[in-house]
Amino acid sequence: MLTREEIIQPQNLVAEKPALMNNVDMHYCPGCSHGVVHKLVAEVIAEMGLEEKTIGISPVGCAVFAYRYIDIDWQEAAHGRAPALATACKRLWPDRLVFTYQGDGDLACIGTAETIHALNRGENITIIFINNAIYGMTGGQMAPTTLLGMKTATCPYGRDPRLHGYPLKITEIAAQLEGTAYVTRQSVHSVAAIRKCKKAIRHAFENSMQGKGSNLVEVVSTCNSGWKMNPVKANEWMEEHMFDYYHVGDLKDTEVIR
Amino acid sequence: MGKMRGAVVVDEARCKGCNLCVVACPTDSLKLSAGEVNHRGYAFCQQVNPDVCTGCSSCAIVCPDGCLTVYRKKED
Repeated sequence: MLTREEIIQPQNLVAEKPALMNNVDMHYCPGCSHGVVHKLVAEVIAEMGLEEKTIGISPVGCAVFAYRYIDIDWQEAAHGRAPALATACKRLWPDRLVFTYQGDGDLACIGTAETIHALNRGENITIIFINNAIYGMTGGQMAPTTLLGMKTATCPYGRDPRLHGYPLKITEIAAQLEGTAYVTRQSVHSVAAIRKCKKAIRHAFENSMQGKGSNLVEVVSTCNSGWKMNPVKANEWMEEHMFDYYHVGDLKDTEVIR
Repeated sequence: MGKMRGAVVVDEARCKGCNLCVVACPTDSLKLSAGEVNHRGYAFCQQVNPDVCTGCSSCAIVCPDGCLTVYRKKED
């Protein structure tokens, strides 16, 4: 029988914190999906060997401190304007991997115009879109992506389409645009989903580096604090309710059509 | 045939006690500390049943804070 000391040897290492992730504690709530996506981004950048050639654009929202957690070059954008900054960065440094990391309040509300126009122009950037159907940072208010009937701080009786309109499917809109190369919706609630999401991020990053057009990776996520659930329950709630409206899978991949 | 043996090393100070790793573990090898908390007041993950761990890394993959390091070795 192997002892614990015999197993814990450098040659037996199979999983650890990504090398690109800084040692500072993340400010995210326990169990937040942001942490998992940060890990995937850090892993993919390291696997592609682009540590010195990546520019991330961090948003306003929960992920505003993303620049503290991944050891690459970052630029902080004004609320919703990350795609505009990414456009400038990529046009000035075409050999760099440029991506934005945005939540639904940033991307689907105040930054809708920037997002849609950057995607439509076919800028060679990747937009990572964390959709948790709520404004997490400011205390759980209704977002454009909040599901019908879902209760938040600003729609305590549930979202009513006659009063608040319908949840916005940005990813479906992006798939209609000529400029997009790869549009996908993923999630990170299980091991299998996380592996698939990592592949999607890698594919999107490769597309941006090869100049194929703009890429959007939506990650359907949980906000257990905003939803007032524990992390495990939030994952279950997401599987039960979110996936019915936000169908997971690739919406557009120009490579497959060819 | 040798079976796979694993070991999980937990960064207890970084752990926030979200419980996702405990649920993801297929062999019930992990558990949150009962009564004990880290410097930020969170219960943290502990490997309470190391003998059943196969080193599948499910816990490390779902961990949002990257607190888990997994080692895996085949038993001769």
